[in-house]
Amino acid sequence: MEVMMNKTTDSNSERREMVINMGPQHPSTHGVLRLELVLDGEVVKEVRPNIGYLHRCFEKYAEELGDYASVTPYTDRMDYVSAMNQELGYVIAIERLLELEIPERVEYIRVIISELQRIASHLLGIGAFGLDLGAFTPFLYLFTEREKILDIFEKTSGARLLYNYMTVGGLMKDVPKDFKKDTAEFVKTFRPKIKELNDLLSYNKIFINRTADIGVLPEKVALNYAASGPVLRGSGMKWDLRKDDPYSIYDRFDFDIPVGSGEVGTLGDCWDRYMVRVREMEQSLRIIEQALDGMPDEGDVTEAVPKRIRLKEGEIYCRTETPRGELGYYIISDKKGGPFRVKARAPSFVHLSMLPSISKGSLIADMVAIVGSIDIVLGEVDR
Amino acid sequence: MEYQTGDIGEPWILVETSSLKPVMKTLRDDPQLLFDVLMCLSGVHYQKEEELGVTYHINSTSLGHKLAIKVRVPIENPHVPSVESIWKTANWHEREAWDMVGVIFDEHPNHKRILCPEDWEGHPLRKDYVQQEFYQGMPTGD
Repeated sequence: MEVMMNKTTDSNSERREMVINMGPQHPSTHGVLRLELVLDGEVVKEVRPNIGYLHRCFEKYAEELGDYASVTPYTDRMDYVSAMNQELGYVIAIERLLELEIPERVEYIRVIISELQRIASHLLGIGAFGLDLGAFTPFLYLFTEREKILDIFEKTSGARLLYNYMTVGGLMKDVPKDFKKDTAEFVKTFRPKIKELNDLLSYNKIFINRTADIGVLPEKVALNYAASGPVLRGSGMKWDLRKDDPYSIYDRFDFDIPVGSGEVGTLGDCWDRYMVRVREMEQSLRIIEQALDGMPDEGDVTEAVPKRIRLKEGEIYCRTETPRGELGYYIISDKKGGPFRVKARAPSFVHLSMLPSISKGSLIADMVAIVGSIDIVLGEVDR
Repeated sequence: MEYQTGDIGEPWILVETSSLKPVMKTLRDDPQLLFDVLMCLSGVHYQKEEELGVTYHINSTSLGHKLAIKVRVPIENPHVPSVESIWKTANWHEREAWDMVGVIFDEHPNHKRILCPEDWEGHPLRKDYVQQEFYQGMPTGD
């Protein structure tokens, strides 16, 4: 770590402020993020996030490809731990511009896959969060479960991390024969593991001490910063795009929106945000069960895929609920083969921008907890 | 102010730059509008018209409606008032729009690049952007 000493003169006494760089290579920044911490002793007086280390200008690629369908694999690489959700957001945006009818079977498969992805992403987020705070065992337990989801994805799409599975109008190929069986089996075995996680980590006294009352985000501030997803729900706001601005076929399913309640500390603290993710996994299981019941057994998943995408002039802002929050795609079409402008509104980018305001005055040791609790993925922040 | 729409997709309202801030303030505070969330702010380069634009997507969580607002400015004088004082989230979005497209946001508290290094040349998302060959002596191409 690089340390700089600044001598600042107060009106009465002489104080020394220290600036410490947390990152870019720091295990608990979850990627290449550099935080400049201005410290007074152990108290964080100011945080200045420095981003851009992973910037490769996804938007420029998207504009220069000259083709709407070829953009999908690039969206995978934004939030690489929930690639399926990133693809879904993009293909839905294009489908809305095309006013395309999607076959029932495709819709159901998409919902099942993206809820599985949500669980996989939360497992990683929660596991890494625990790891940051010294809980090593839950991380290994959760990764075992995540592997099972990745196995299902591997059987389905051939890849374990970056899938390129959803295409405009359908899916790359049909799911394997035993997809339903595998998924049902996973749902059955995973449910008791959530209880195990709660016993092991959520209600662990040390864990509560490290996360309760830390990094409190009041609802009003959260809205002003346009927070979304588990971060906003952790502050007590019942807001989920799957219910409040439904896309795909989410309006057909019965599920709850877990919100933070200040159960072990202040409303909107790190523990609340963490717990919303745990409870969301339970709700995702409910959605998957209902979708497995409703999914038609027959149907061509590629029948609605357009051979060539030609769009008239116009634009759309389309948002979907990813594990991290509201992922928006702003797409402008100018009648050419590819998009004129694609802007990805990444939830991690927005959440990171409020880090200075929620970590002011906290202890340096708590910075790790706060960064972990907003669950950022740097690939998405930098795009 | 002008209501405009494309052949497909969603409509938007084009606002004069000079009235942007009062319009946005009303949109946020009027009890019938209550747009409390700025979902997205995007800079756009309209090469043919030699203009830069900013699109604001706003949303009301209490009333459940959405709206798109646009401003357009000439490329040789791309000044747009900052809405950071209305929605804090605009801070980073505006820095990104400056970095990528080159829109200048007046009264922005920290008007710096965000994704590219501070001494990077040009704005990558301009349609006529040419990448610099060297950055601090290092070749940037492949």
